[in-house]
Amino acid sequence: MKILVAVKRVIDYNVKVRVKPDQSDVDLANVKMALNPFCEIAVEEAVRLKEAGTADEVVVVSIGPKAVQEQLRTALALGADRAIQVETDDMPDSLSAAKILKGVVEKEGPDMVILGKQSIDSDNNQTGQMLGALTGMPQGTFASKVEVGDGFVNVTREIDGGLQTVKLNLPAIVTTDLRLNEPRYASLPNIMKAKRKPLETTSPDELGVEVKRTIKLLKVETPAERSAGVKVADVDELVDKLKNEAKVL
Amino acid sequence: MSILVVAEHDNNAVDPSTLKTLAAAQKIGGDIEVLVAGKGCSTVAENVAKADGVKKVMLADNEAYEHQLAENISELVADLGKNYSHILAPATTTGKNFMPRVAALLDVAQVSDIISVESDDTFKRPIYAGNAIATVQSEDNIKVITVRATAFDAVAAEGGSGDVESIDSVFNNDKSEFVGEQLAESERPDLTAAEIVISGGRGMQNGDNFHMLEDIADKLGAAVGASRAAVDAGFVPNDMQVGQTGKIVAPQLYVAVGISGAIQHLAGMKDSKVIVAINKDEEAPIFQVADYGLVADLFDVLPELKEKLKNTFEDSLPASI
Ligand SMILES: Cc1cc2nc3c(=O)[nH]c(=O)nc-3n(C[C@H](O)[C@H](O)[C@H](O)COP(=O)(O)OP(=O)(O)OC[C@H]3O[C@@H](n4cnc5c(N)ncnc54)[C@H](O)[C@@H]3O)c2cc1C
Ligand SMILES: Nc1ncnc2c1ncn2[C@@H]1O[C@H](COP(=O)(O)O)[C@@H](O)[C@H]1O
Repeated sequence: MKILVAVKRVIDYNVKVRVKPDQSDVDLANVKMALNPFCEIAVEEAVRLKEAGTADEVVVVSIGPKAVQEQLRTALALGADRAIQVETDDMPDSLSAAKILKGVVEKEGPDMVILGKQSIDSDNNQTGQMLGALTGMPQGTFASKVEVGDGFVNVTREIDGGLQTVKLNLPAIVTTDLRLNEPRYASLPNIMKAKRKPLETTSPDELGVEVKRTIKLLKVETPAERSAGVKVADVDELVDKLKNEAKVL
Repeated sequence: MSILVVAEHDNNAVDPSTLKTLAAAQKIGGDIEVLVAGKGCSTVAENVAKADGVKKVMLADNEAYEHQLAENISELVADLGKNYSHILAPATTTGKNFMPRVAALLDVAQVSDIISVESDDTFKRPIYAGNAIATVQSEDNIKVITVRATAFDAVAAEGGSGDVESIDSVFNNDKSEFVGEQLAESERPDLTAAEIVISGGRGMQNGDNFHMLEDIADKLGAAVGASRAAVDAGFVPNDMQVGQTGKIVAPQLYVAVGISGAIQHLAGMKDSKVIVAINKDEEAPIFQVADYGLVADLFDVLPELKEKLKNTFEDSLPASI
């Protein structure tokens, strides 16, 4: 079985972003970038399925400017077999990303597509589901467990009330939640090896997809900052303040 | 303008997030109609019809919708939704699951997790784990939107008099099926609706120690939450996770115990009215957002807090205790 994994380049999750003074967007100049944490989990899951003998090829795809090749190399170092960059000037929105991924799916014919549940920059949580609708594939979102059977996959999903399991016919879409696995670190030899793995570049045009953006970003603000309050000396003072000052008890 | 709100429910009762989504719909303005899709959920439909501002409720009662499978619900919502200017659902794990499919079926973008309505096409939403707030304008003819419930005050559950109409279109796909679920059972209030939330982090050391938080929560009628580290370590189940990628809470009082205050955790609780932090490390970032900080060992503090609260609430307890 062949697995396609979509990976996105985003700000490193440890970085606290700053808004530009003119409020046009956040400032990403000189900010450390990384593989979206959920995408890292997606790559790890695919590689584990390959190591278990369930999958025989793991292809990673990323959409965006040339810089995304860096994240594709990371994914290759984690164990993916080959990579595809779909070159666009800016990061596409989720609908365009889903349309482009549909083009890649048609070309590659994977049995499973694994995506992150959410990009930690836009916090959209949309692309996998959209790809599902566009391709007609069933989806197992927010997965904390993936068990592949003969022609189907059982996905255990993290939902508000607990866990839910769905059975999906292959080909299917899976989006990852944090507890699905703990991604490995890429070893130095694997990083070196990744440099020689195939990385092909294509474009939305070649895939026959028109990229558009119907949501305009008008303004980006810093949220109202909370200021640190007071330190209390002991439990008595805490209970007193909560009762008499904050009046929440 | 006409707005379709997709109700969140468990086939028995309507979820409070629906009333908050209705509030967002009222801010947009226009006729508000609600879809209740499920199985054996006619009581839900009748109840939603009484909510303030609801003109009509459409009831799609069929086995295909029992477990809110995204493949089925999205086809139904997209089919009905093409006649509306806006489609709204709460940004719960159910709404997040099917709404992007609806958007893609209608070939429009989705605006996720809005926290305010600026006009009928302009909304605010948090990005980068809430470290920035974006104002976005949608140029799509149908606006598909998920609503962050904590950001809106619920509409009145009673007082309205909408009609309930049954619809019998059935979308039942053959590629996905429900296998089972494991729902957490708790006598405590729901995390996202509770007035007081007490959360524990890695500092709790193990799942057993969470009983110390539960004891206090039960005294206060509070819900118990957790950081991702506590969930990852297996102390507590996933549905207790508060944060960017867990649940968003905004109670009157949030007590963080043994939680360092990573940005991903803050994203889920920093809109709480009053924040208390109990941590033995005085440099912990959680203190930067806490109204009241107590630098101490939680294993000393929690038993004492329980005791002191007992004194506080003694009046309301039976004499024998
Ligand atoms: C993509 C992504 C998404 C994430 N989403 C979330 C999310 O939704 N929610 C979330 O919470 N995290 C999330 N995280 C994880 C987050 O980055 C932190 O790792 C996590 O919040 C840390 O949890 P913690 O504060 O319990 O643990 P730690 O950071 O280890 O902090 C434990 C704290 O306990 C204190 N402590 C220890 N012992 C005691 C004691 N005896 N008495 C008092 N204090 C004590 C320590 O001083 C320390 O401050 C996410 C991470 C990523 C990468
Ligand atoms: N530009 C992109 N390139 C590759 N994958 C993407 C891109 N944008 C989104 N995705 C995938 O879709 C997931 C969810 O993204 P989003 O819908 O933006 O929150 C990500 O974790 C990726 O797996």
